[in-house]
Amino acid sequence: MSQKPFLRIDNIRKRFGPIIASDGVSLEIEEGEIHSLLGENGAGKSVLMSMICGMVRPDEGEIVFKGQSVRFNSPREAIRQRIGMVHQHFMLVPNLTVAENYILGQGSALRVINDMDKVHARIRELSDRYALDVRPDAIIEDLSVGEQQRVEILKVLFHGIDLLILDEPTAVLTPQETDRLLSLMGDLVKDGKTVVFISHKLDEVMRVSNRISVMRDGRVVHTVNVGETNARELARMMVGRDVRMELPRSPEPPGRIVLSVENMTCRAETGLPAVRRVSLDVRAGEIVGIAGVSGNGQTELSLALAGLLPVDSGRVMLNGKDITGLDPARINASSFSHIPEDRHKHGIVVSMSLSENTVLQRYDQKPFASRGMLNRRVIGEHTRDLIKRFRVKSRDENQAIGALSGGNQQKLVVARELARNPDFILVNQLARGIDIGAMEFVMEEMLKQRDSGRAILLISTELEELFAICDRILVMFHGEILGDLPPDRTRLDELGLLMAGQTEQPALAG
Amino acid sequence: MAQVNQGVRETVYPQAAQPLYRTLSQIAISAVTPIAAVLVALACGAALLWLNGFNGSDIVTVMIFGSFQDMRSVGEILLKATPLILIGAGLCVAFRCSIWNIGAEGQLYVGAIAATLVGTNFDGLSVWVHAPLVMLAGALAGAAWAGIAGYLKVRFQASEIVTTIMLNYIALILTSYLVTGPMRDASAAYPQSARLIREAWTPRIVSDMRLHIGILVAIVLAVALYIFLQRSSRGFALRVVGLNPHAARYAGMQVARNVMIAMCISGAMAGLAGAFEVAGVTHRLYQNISPGYGFEGIAVALLAGNNPLAAIVSGGLFATLRSGSEVLQITSQVPQVLVLVIQGIVILSVVAFAKLRDILRIVA
Ligand SMILES: Nc1ncnc2c1ncn2[C@@H]1O[C@H](COP(=O)(O)OP(=O)(O)OP(=O)(O)O)[C@@H](O)[C@H]1O
Ligand SMILES: [Mg+2]
Repeated sequence: MSQKPFLRIDNIRKRFGPIIASDGVSLEIEEGEIHSLLGENGAGKSVLMSMICGMVRPDEGEIVFKGQSVRFNSPREAIRQRIGMVHQHFMLVPNLTVAENYILGQGSALRVINDMDKVHARIRELSDRYALDVRPDAIIEDLSVGEQQRVEILKVLFHGIDLLILDEPTAVLTPQETDRLLSLMGDLVKDGKTVVFISHKLDEVMRVSNRISVMRDGRVVHTVNVGETNARELARMMVGRDVRMELPRSPEPPGRIVLSVENMTCRAETGLPAVRRVSLDVRAGEIVGIAGVSGNGQTELSLALAGLLPVDSGRVMLNGKDITGLDPARINASSFSHIPEDRHKHGIVVSMSLSENTVLQRYDQKPFASRGMLNRRVIGEHTRDLIKRFRVKSRDENQAIGALSGGNQQKLVVARELARNPDFILVNQLARGIDIGAMEFVMEEMLKQRDSGRAILLISTELEELFAICDRILVMFHGEILGDLPPDRTRLDELGLLMAGQTEQPALAG
Repeated sequence: MAQVNQGVRETVYPQAAQPLYRTLSQIAISAVTPIAAVLVALACGAALLWLNGFNGSDIVTVMIFGSFQDMRSVGEILLKATPLILIGAGLCVAFRCSIWNIGAEGQLYVGAIAATLVGTNFDGLSVWVHAPLVMLAGALAGAAWAGIAGYLKVRFQASEIVTTIMLNYIALILTSYLVTGPMRDASAAYPQSARLIREAWTPRIVSDMRLHIGILVAIVLAVALYIFLQRSSRGFALRVVGLNPHAARYAGMQVARNVMIAMCISGAMAGLAGAFEVAGVTHRLYQNISPGYGFEGIAVALLAGNNPLAAIVSGGLFATLRSGSEVLQITSQVPQVLVLVIQGIVILSVVAFAKLRDILRIVA
């Protein structure tokens, strides 16, 4: 134990109107450690870290970095002191290249443009050194979430930092990508850097951390060495009760076919083939999972089902009705709910209120509207009801949804989609950013939906999520469905092989 | 102009629905910031005059108080405010939908042409029929003109910034052609159309003042557009399309249809402004019937923070400044370029204060 910690946060307070995001929080980070931060959605993790990296200014309290009291007015000032953060929600300009994003706001543009070759070279060098696979001239829009994540990490490394803060970096990653990231964190520490890691996944936290701090209601309530604790105890510290990792399931046999996809083919926005002759059925009272490394056509499959991407060939039937190529309005109206993969792109309008976001699809339908006017009282009541039922931590229903913590945004999206009483629910990443307590709750809700006869297609890169609630698991690889397995943990190896595209038998959907 | 980063949590979210007291305080902030912007601009203008050897304090006395000498000068300000409020409020709707309609000037001209056509024909109608018909014609023509740009955008992804500017030129040249050619009043020396039939004139509020009921129409429509945006289902869809077109599509909204609607509403308001200029003020069509109201309307909407209700205030302010600068030119012999510079400063401080308003909104 050193007498002088690398970073000391002392009694910091931060309020947003009536909401207390940091309630006198204190925390010490030591040099060269990986320090994990746990806590329920809205506990104040992101806000605390945003204060360290200059995004948000504390109301009270002190931040001491390398023995000096610091006060940053902008992330740039923090970067200059060698503190960098990768945010939970990406901060990249979508229509610029990687390199352009990196130099954005970095002093004289002219000078930088002259040095563009150097910038590219440095990006390539860092990318090789940490095996990040980032091309400096790639356009952000064209990248998958996992790739964007690596671009964000490389961005911080590019500017040169000693303290790296990663806010839920693994929420959007596949298990393979996560493994890569965790070992990257190890490499960074070997290079003399210090890492603060926020995650809701206890196994990852147990794997990489030296020390773990748990936050609750804007305060750090426990800090423990990793050797002195276990996942179960951590969960209890966070949520205040035992969390069930296995959910009971009723053995009802599935009913009629609700969604049926026949030989569907479609291309990604880039024009490249993404989904190749996929066929699958989802029955009432059944949760079908699709596992796979991201970028294997799952995004396009879900967008095409939702009418957001044209279907080149094949058919999609919902409740016996052909919905191929219909526009999203008509698909939504056919008892179809969709929890989208990219929350900020499709799922919500960040600057609109919770109320407005809960009626995104039904803004012109009774009882939320009558004679062309919004019925604000009914919308407000409905939203308050969802907030209560799904325990969305928020000031009130009029707050902008962008001001909510990431997990709480997701809870509202889930709440909205389930409240529409669908026959079929398409889910792409269910628990993205949701804490373990809320995850248990959301999964229970999904199982309730299943038991009440809904058909659910759950696309996920989280095997845990799939094993916990699916009735069967399909594997997607290179746009094809490669296998159909029961959620049997003993067949994990087989699943892993399929996800890597290795199969002895010919593709089932071929 | 586009909102680049949807993910920044520290950004402020001014467009979220609010309870009444917060709405009121926000409207207050919306109304106060334009005034503050103007005050700062006037201070800069005063310094500028002083540096050029004029009496700096003139600017305040002349531009603000000089405009309010009597009822007649107030009437003249309101007369100028009418097109600015109409266009500004209409553009608020377009901008909220992220449609950058720069073509209000052209839409105004086309509205004026249509109003002239209807107003010089159909003799024998009563004023209750003819005057509204003229307004309707102007609004429809403006909407149609804007609709061209809207169609090009949704059909061919043509940038409305480019097309609306090009349509401005077409509308201006078309007007020149008409008043020098087919619509020219042969008896007049100057290129102008025939005089509108009396019954087609927009009724005045007081008989011996030029001020006509257009100002009331403008205020009512601005309020209506505010309610439309904030309270109606269609207005909601327009805002969603403007803020996040991907989410709009996901939610099943017809992006193209909403773009067309926003475009046509802003065009109709500009066309109506054109109709009022002809039927309420000049009673004839001229080549340069608008001194750039269509462009000033953009500044009106920006200063109003794209809130049609606040556009009433900011439209009034711009009208005051416009009258004031006329007075300033006459009484103090300040060259017009300097007056234009001051107007430019106003617009710049508008941008600065729009930022400040966002900061104030966090506190509110
Ligand atoms: N800009 C803001 N305006 C208003 N409230 C905010 C803002 N940013 C954060 N908050 C509030 O502060 C609290 C803490 O949020 P924070 O984002 O730190 O949670 P978190 O622990 O990161 O949660 P999650 O695990 O869901 O990401 C939340 O209640 C949130 O609603
Ligand atoms: Mg967070």
